[in-house]
Amino acid sequence: MLSIKNLHASIGDKEILKGINLEVKAGEIHAIMGPNGAGKSTLSAIIAGNENYEVTQGEIFLDNEDISELAPEERAHKGVFLSFQYPVEIPGVSVTNFMRTAINETRKANGQEEMPANEMLKVIREKSELLEIDRKFLSRSLNEGFSGGEKKRNEIFQMAMLEPKLAILDETDSGLDIDALRIVANGVNKLKSDKNAIVVITHYQRLLDYIVPDFVHVLYNGKIVKSGGKELAHELEEKGYDWIKQEQEA
Amino acid sequence: MELKEKLLSSFMAFEERIDVHAELHDVRTAALKNFENKGFPTKKEEAWKYTSLNAVLKNDFTVFPKQENTVQYADVKKYFLHEIDTYKVVFIDGVFSSHLSATTHEGIDVCLLSSALNKPKYKEIVDTYFNQIVNKEESLTSLNTAFANEGAYINIPRNKVADKPIEIMYFSTGNEAALLVQPRNLIVVGENAQVQIIERHQSLNENPVLTNSVTEIFAQKRAFVDVYKIQNDSLSANLVDNTYVSQKEESSVAVNTFSFGGNLTRNNLNFYHFGERIVSYLNGITIIGEKQHVDHYTLVHHATPNCESHQDYKGIFTDRSTGVFNGKIFVEKEAQKTNAFQKSNNILLSDKATINAKPQLEIFADDVKCSHGCTIGQLDETAMFYMQQRGIPKKEAKALLMYAFSNAVIESIKIPELKQRITKIIANKLGVKMGFDL
Ligand SMILES: Nc1ncnc2c1ncn2[C@@H]1O[C@H](COP(=O)(O)OP(=O)(O)OP(=O)(O)O)[C@@H](O)[C@H]1O
Ligand SMILES: [Mg+2]
Repeated sequence: MLSIKNLHASIGDKEILKGINLEVKAGEIHAIMGPNGAGKSTLSAIIAGNENYEVTQGEIFLDNEDISELAPEERAHKGVFLSFQYPVEIPGVSVTNFMRTAINETRKANGQEEMPANEMLKVIREKSELLEIDRKFLSRSLNEGFSGGEKKRNEIFQMAMLEPKLAILDETDSGLDIDALRIVANGVNKLKSDKNAIVVITHYQRLLDYIVPDFVHVLYNGKIVKSGGKELAHELEEKGYDWIKQEQEA
Repeated sequence: MELKEKLLSSFMAFEERIDVHAELHDVRTAALKNFENKGFPTKKEEAWKYTSLNAVLKNDFTVFPKQENTVQYADVKKYFLHEIDTYKVVFIDGVFSSHLSATTHEGIDVCLLSSALNKPKYKEIVDTYFNQIVNKEESLTSLNTAFANEGAYINIPRNKVADKPIEIMYFSTGNEAALLVQPRNLIVVGENAQVQIIERHQSLNENPVLTNSVTEIFAQKRAFVDVYKIQNDSLSANLVDNTYVSQKEESSVAVNTFSFGGNLTRNNLNFYHFGERIVSYLNGITIIGEKQHVDHYTLVHHATPNCESHQDYKGIFTDRSTGVFNGKIFVEKEAQKTNAFQKSNNILLSDKATINAKPQLEIFADDVKCSHGCTIGQLDETAMFYMQQRGIPKKEAKALLMYAFSNAVIESIKIPELKQRITKIIANKLGVKMGFDL
């Protein structure tokens, strides 16, 4: 589904990604771990089409189509979803209106009719129940004054609404309390199928107890330096990153 | 002949055409004198530093249209808030149009200043209010006073609530190559009385127009007044709007200015307090492009204790457009416990657009809460990326952010149909169709 080949990217003079290769197939869950500043958020932003970064080499394919030149919204229309590490506050636009616009624009781009208002309400009700979100929340301005955890939960609510093909969850677990983590992880698992794929970026094993990855990758200094099964996450939890850094420097 | 000379020399002819009683003649003559001394404002004056009338004044303006012009309702219907029933006072090239108007004298007066100035039964009101709150030193206001004859006269007596909004509409037909109009409105709202007023200046073709308008608003004790100024005129139209508001205790007056159109627009908006527990709202949304220019020059004069004023101006500027916000808050020594707030938030969408935003606080009382904040920014790129990531195309995302940016002011519109109308104008301005109203 997602195929990244030798991806190099920089911002200004600074090279951040230094040759990333990643293959994600439908039905898989991948976890990306790695120390602060390694380039995890950069990688996810670039997959989503953030134009602040310059891709200097390499390609990104989604279902065998090169998407590197597409605008962020075009990638979204093809089913790419990024749960932001720091969701943005949009004062004056309610969660409901935002979702309505996002869904209908996506449908329009895919040659579908707008979603009828009653159906929209039904879906909103269903998905907000799935993530145990209070209805009052949905009429508030998007992310404005939301707590850290509320913002993250709201991201996954949006994911549930949009039903993406490829979801990248950038540190969705940070800021969530233990109950919220369970609710959110549970929501993600419900959305999982053999037709879609999920990439979770996290610092903690805890999330991976709920959302169990098929593969774990370590991103360090702009490169994927190690890949393995879910046991790699346990090893990192125990030993930290020093051994990996040492391996790299050796 | 220069416009100033033309105006000075046409004054006698003007007064001959109308019935004048002695007091009014004296007021006009004094005003003309002030204009003669000061002339049109230039950029040398601090208050006009960023707005130049020079180019506009080069037009050979007709001061009084030669003929009476008419327009058909069907052609101008779209400018009215036709979704609902309203009172209407309509002028075409400065002349009252009875067939487009819907005036009343039942319980409230919604009619013409010319009749108020001339009929004995209004004399007391005219003597009490006419030209009483204006700044008599200001030259354009004086120019208007000198030729003041026509405009809307609204009187809502005490305890009356106007049963529908009042639209004051000034059309210019463009039948004159270039036209100067000087409307004069007098609005008196009695104790406990309430009214909503919509004011609009609209030219119907591309010939240059200069409107130099003066409005006086008197809000008595506990009066509620809502004014909406819709400035969405053609690019050949120029407007200097001088509005003076006098408030008595516990009154609440809001002036909302929506500036989308026009070539050059200058809003001189002045509030004066005469009593305690007064609330004043000054709201504005400015969205302009090309070479448009909009200058908001506000003054709130706090002279009495325990009053509030709230200024909230949002501006979005593209192309080579230029904006000015100068907000003066004056708090006198007696005006303890004043709450005066001022915000001017601006977004520049092009690097050729400019905004000059300046708060001017003069505070002589010690126990006051004053805050002011001028911000100038670009579009929030992270927010754009966030919205695009959710599938909202760039153009729509931009529009949504713009809406969101002006939302606080849109929310202050109390007439739902007007709110929809403004939202639509904004959507048009931004070139998008939104699937919902914010
Ligand atoms: N806009 C930017 N300007 C300059 N440097 C940037 C920018 N964005 C990212 N970087 C740099 O790129 C590197 C990678 O950042 P990134 O946010 O991708 O790290 P990360 O792996 O997500 O870290 P964390 O675990 O702390 O979230 C960092 O050194 C960061 O400072
Ligand atoms: Mg990160």
